[in-house]
Amino acid sequence: MSLTLAPILFNGLVFGLLLFMLSSGLTLIFGMMGVLNLSHASFYMLGAYLAYTISVGLGFWVGLVVAPVLVGLIGAVVQRYGLRAVHRYGHMAELLFTFALALVIGEVVPLIWGRNPVRYQVPHVLDFPLFQLGGTDIPAYRVFMMAVSLGMFVALFTALARTRLGLVVRAALTHPDMVSMLGHDVPRVFTSVFGAGCALAGLAGVIGGNAFTTQPGMAASLGGIVFAVVVMGGLGSIWGAFVASVLIGLLQTASISLDLPFGRLLGLPPAGSDGLLADLWSLTVARAAPAVPYLLLVLVLAFRPRGLFGSRNA
Amino acid sequence: MRLRLNAAMLGLIVPVALAHPGPLLADETVRIAYIDPLSGPLAETGQLGEQHFRFAIDRVNASGAAGPGRHFELVALDNEVSPEKSLALLRKAVDDGVHYVTQGNGSAVAFALVAAIDKNNKRDPDKSVVFLNYAAVDPGLTNDKCSFWHFRFDADSDMKMKALSDYIVSQADIHKVYIFNPDYSFGVSVQKAAEKLLTDRRPDLKIVGEDRVPLGKVKDFTPYIAKFQAAGADAVVTGNWGQDIELLTKAAADSGYKGRFFTYYIGDQVTVAAAGPGAVGDVQVATWSDNVPGIDDIADAFQARFHRAFYYWNVVNEIDTLAAAIKQADSTDPLKVAKAMSGMKRQTPLGVSDMRADDHQMIQPLYVSQLEPNLPHVFPDSKLGFKTVATIPADQTRMATSCKMEAP
Repeated sequence: MSLTLAPILFNGLVFGLLLFMLSSGLTLIFGMMGVLNLSHASFYMLGAYLAYTISVGLGFWVGLVVAPVLVGLIGAVVQRYGLRAVHRYGHMAELLFTFALALVIGEVVPLIWGRNPVRYQVPHVLDFPLFQLGGTDIPAYRVFMMAVSLGMFVALFTALARTRLGLVVRAALTHPDMVSMLGHDVPRVFTSVFGAGCALAGLAGVIGGNAFTTQPGMAASLGGIVFAVVVMGGLGSIWGAFVASVLIGLLQTASISLDLPFGRLLGLPPAGSDGLLADLWSLTVARAAPAVPYLLLVLVLAFRPRGLFGSRNA
Repeated sequence: MRLRLNAAMLGLIVPVALAHPGPLLADETVRIAYIDPLSGPLAETGQLGEQHFRFAIDRVNASGAAGPGRHFELVALDNEVSPEKSLALLRKAVDDGVHYVTQGNGSAVAFALVAAIDKNNKRDPDKSVVFLNYAAVDPGLTNDKCSFWHFRFDADSDMKMKALSDYIVSQADIHKVYIFNPDYSFGVSVQKAAEKLLTDRRPDLKIVGEDRVPLGKVKDFTPYIAKFQAAGADAVVTGNWGQDIELLTKAAADSGYKGRFFTYYIGDQVTVAAAGPGAVGDVQVATWSDNVPGIDDIADAFQARFHRAFYYWNVVNEIDTLAAAIKQADSTDPLKVAKAMSGMKRQTPLGVSDMRADDHQMIQPLYVSQLEPNLPHVFPDSKLGFKTVATIPADQTRMATSCKMEAP
């Protein structure tokens, strides 16, 4: 069992860190706007598609740098000329704006790149098994993904906690008026935070798009789980997003490997051999794996509505 | 009051019905509605099917196989593999006067269509619809849920599992089998058939694990590959298709999984490419595969037009059979055509195709083939091709059916 546990933990960690890259931007933007950015996963998709286009002509490494920057710029433009304009109509208008934006991006992407998955490939230099873990080859690219995510986490945390820029951003999130009085351009800070959040989502797309698939449904398929992460971690909390991402990544991957019927897991007596109850009893945890993040979300919300590390009451 | 209203309505309806006396023109267009996923995660499979239909229809139009002046036309409709959406599209097609519907991806969709078409044809015989099924292989469609209006051109999953399991049992180096399927009616059928046909066949052959995954939802299959490895499985039996089988074999290649895949649908060019060189020894059961002799001209013409490997023999067989039935009935009336098609025997380059009258299941030869290098036809990316390792004559694929259909 311990032999097989190692690759499961590894895969869960990789998935969790990818989730964190997506949710960190989302939670930052929430802290700033007070509204969930429903189009956040669409920027993830944009990152993957832009990186694909760039990688066809110029190679993966150029895409790795350029695509997140482009996505960040698009995000900044969206905030400056879209969100800022609807801000005065209140939160509902902002929420609807991001919702509409998600729909627009969801339709524009297949118009440009087609409805089929595109062949966004893992770069050749990283396309080999790096080492073995419990009898499973670990591809070098997975390790690279993990390194990029961890690097980003450290960079983001240091930037927010240790630099002057981070100080201004944190202050602008909590006390915008005071920061403005002190002579800082708060709207510009907001635009850059939004852009940076989108760039992070774009970066996740760049390194996740080729590990999984780059196709028009990728935003919708990750959208739900990212919201689960952010709400569970506590809206606006980077640290919470990190813990929740890794938790969900590990739990989802681990539950795939658990062939234990729910009935036995909960210590219930077998409920006959036929009928609905028996079916529920014998449903294995593995079969329910896709629902695990949402079950966890419900549990957290039931016992701690503000999320694991949230500061405000929902 | 109510009576007068009904009379008024009749007055409206009768002239419309009379104004539609049937084909007077020499040229007649037979529209075929193609209801399959053309967007979303499984779009690639649906679009591959659409290309095959365009190809098969152009062949029939060029040869005039449906009779002089009769032309086929494809109406492609995107159902996103959703049964609800498919029913809405079916309604639209019926309202537009379409009498022939074809679908293949997802037996859940096929079940919904069969039920709706049965009801529609009973209620409104003038707007009857014939359902031509090219790839939905749940056995239920030709057993307890069978219908006179439904015709299946692919072999059902039990017929395929019989061929596949016989081959697995014959492989002395396979001892542990993992059964891995999509989580809907078709996947359950495959799992049950595999359990039944692999248990107690050879003392050293065991089923070591079973799993079902939501269709088109899983992005990362590596945890499942880790399960195969942990269970020590040297063979995986899978009915997964489209993006799922592609990502599954890709994850297997990435994780260095050594076992062999025994599949229904690994044969598409994109999937073979994703599986890479490690796919040697992976197996597919189908009604045709590359290197089965007989239809090279068809496969080459398809390749020349769409720049990808020919895959769905069933589609060509289906359109050819429909054309033959229309010609034999000398009518495009759905009931007459359906009656002509029921029990129709046709000589094809691959042998006799027999649309069995009992359950409308096409009886035809099945081929088990295995990916290997150095063959006349290989796929461009991996340089692997399908070598036929077992041919099951049409008669041996026959299975008992519980179908009791009633012709109107």
